[in-house]
Amino acid sequence: MADNAVTGTNWTCYDSSTMTSREIYGRTLAELAKEDKRIVALTADLEKSTALNKFGEVFPDRIFNVGIAEQDLFGAAAGMAKTGLIPFASTFAIFACLRAGEQIRTDIAYQNLPVKIIATHGGMSFGHAGTTHHCTEDFAVMRAIANMTVICPADGIETSRAVRACLDVPGPVYMRIGRGFEPPCYEDESYEFAIGKAVTMRPGKDMTIIACGIGVLQSLNAARTLEAEGIDVRVVNMHTLKPLDREAVIAAARETGHILTVEEHNIIGGLGDAVASVLAEEGIGCKFHKHGVKDIFAEIGYAEDLYAYYGLDANGIADEARRMMGIDTPEDDNWEDE
Amino acid sequence: MPVTPEEDRRLRQIAKELRLTVVDVMAWAGGAHIGGSLSCLDLLTALYFKYLKIDPERPDWEERDRFILSKGHAAAGYIPVLSKRGYFPHDLLKTFNHFGSPFAMHPDSNKVVGCDVSAGSLGHGLPIAFGMGLGFKYQGRDNKVVCLMGDGESCEGSIWEAAMAIAHYKLTNVIPIVDRNGLMIDGTTEQVMALEPFADKWRAFGFDPVEIDGHDFVQIGGALDKAWAAKDRPVVIIARTVKGKGVDFMENQIPYHYAAGDSVLCARAKESIERAYKEVG
Repeated sequence: MADNAVTGTNWTCYDSSTMTSREIYGRTLAELAKEDKRIVALTADLEKSTALNKFGEVFPDRIFNVGIAEQDLFGAAAGMAKTGLIPFASTFAIFACLRAGEQIRTDIAYQNLPVKIIATHGGMSFGHAGTTHHCTEDFAVMRAIANMTVICPADGIETSRAVRACLDVPGPVYMRIGRGFEPPCYEDESYEFAIGKAVTMRPGKDMTIIACGIGVLQSLNAARTLEAEGIDVRVVNMHTLKPLDREAVIAAARETGHILTVEEHNIIGGLGDAVASVLAEEGIGCKFHKHGVKDIFAEIGYAEDLYAYYGLDANGIADEARRMMGIDTPEDDNWEDE
Repeated sequence: MPVTPEEDRRLRQIAKELRLTVVDVMAWAGGAHIGGSLSCLDLLTALYFKYLKIDPERPDWEERDRFILSKGHAAAGYIPVLSKRGYFPHDLLKTFNHFGSPFAMHPDSNKVVGCDVSAGSLGHGLPIAFGMGLGFKYQGRDNKVVCLMGDGESCEGSIWEAAMAIAHYKLTNVIPIVDRNGLMIDGTTEQVMALEPFADKWRAFGFDPVEIDGHDFVQIGGALDKAWAAKDRPVVIIARTVKGKGVDFMENQIPYHYAAGDSVLCARAKESIERAYKEVG
């Protein structure tokens, strides 16, 4: 293993700030594979882009490239799982969830096989690649597939935790990560991670922002801004979209009366809808708003610019929160912080 | 091992009984993909009654060879084979297609004892076979993986993605067989989407194609022996078959791709099968 002296899966926040979440994924997998011979990796000509080369450097005989053939990638992953292996299959999120959607549904999920789908470049993280490479539909597709666990970690540290945790899931897992250039959001790596159990990133009593992926850090930053304005915001990291932590949603509704969901996904079919279902089914009245990509195909641009344009940065999330609370956004002529 | 004259006679006898059962299944189920079930029945018979290393007493036996019916719509042919081989009682076939049955128009590995892979969406079998072959090779295990496909299924791009990969990884433990009955739903393969020169396509993808009469057990045996022994280039078996084989009025008839059968039609079909096999008794 190269550069910074990283061993084991207990990445520090320093590691997380110097490596992309994709690199952490590849290296975490290599560490886990030392202990577990069932782990193999599959890629479709994106070994470097998905950072599986970090696994391949350690286990060149346990990584298999199928060429640019995503249907074959996931069909083959199902076949390998049927021989007793635990395949980690990686490609860009959009090619996983839609190009090979039926292989994932029929070959992997229906037969409840332990294939771990690590989908990189989710959301608008590869914004400058153009809209063909954006993926704001995967939560909707994957949530609707029975047997599937759906995870969207908030940063590199959490990616490492989730990769380790998904080994204990007997069936398939879909894990969406970005390009991995997102800054870390955990300040302390000692937190408890469990699939299906949301993490309260900060307490608050006026409203709750329930976020996943890059939305978590931006929501934390928004919460700090709002705190200065006198709004006490709870931030919940809903890293597992399925099974959803219903208790965290119910508590947020009862205790704060306002829920804003934040996701890098179409507002149809994703985190917001999952949370809304809980509120409706529980019959809990609560002010509620879904924030995300508003049923459009996004523009071209670098991810940060797109997040700003679609209000998925801290400023945009703070605006949404104020609107919910019926507070006008203060005039801000200071361009220094933009 | 080549098919001896004695084995040939035994396999023909089994195939005859299976064909009669397939007609029963068509009646019990309310309809069946009878044409494609009958075209691959001799291939299935040779595999399950001579070649595959399997043990119906231990359906999850790790050392068993694997079989994938990629042309899943031939379940009406495949399921009776599993039953006759001893995986479950014959009477269970009477539930075919009905509520709560393990058997549907396409085979389901979650529900059918002895079935390795759920199938039905065409083009899925060969990528799964590739993954199984790769998995066995990586683990140093000598299980074979046989994947039976329809010829019309070759229109699916995923078949060729997997073919390329099987040859690239030199997976001679994967044995694709194509049931080349020449008919699709909307016409002949050559009318709907031309496949010929079919063997050349496989050859260009790195396979050693073996073309046989898919109803001749001696030829089927020869091809499977060659495939089992392959060392460098994987063998693909292109089995020329007749859709509806064994029932004269169904042979090469597109309307019998899928058909319902009343008692009169089923009786006629059985009479035809008896005539076709009169020499084996």
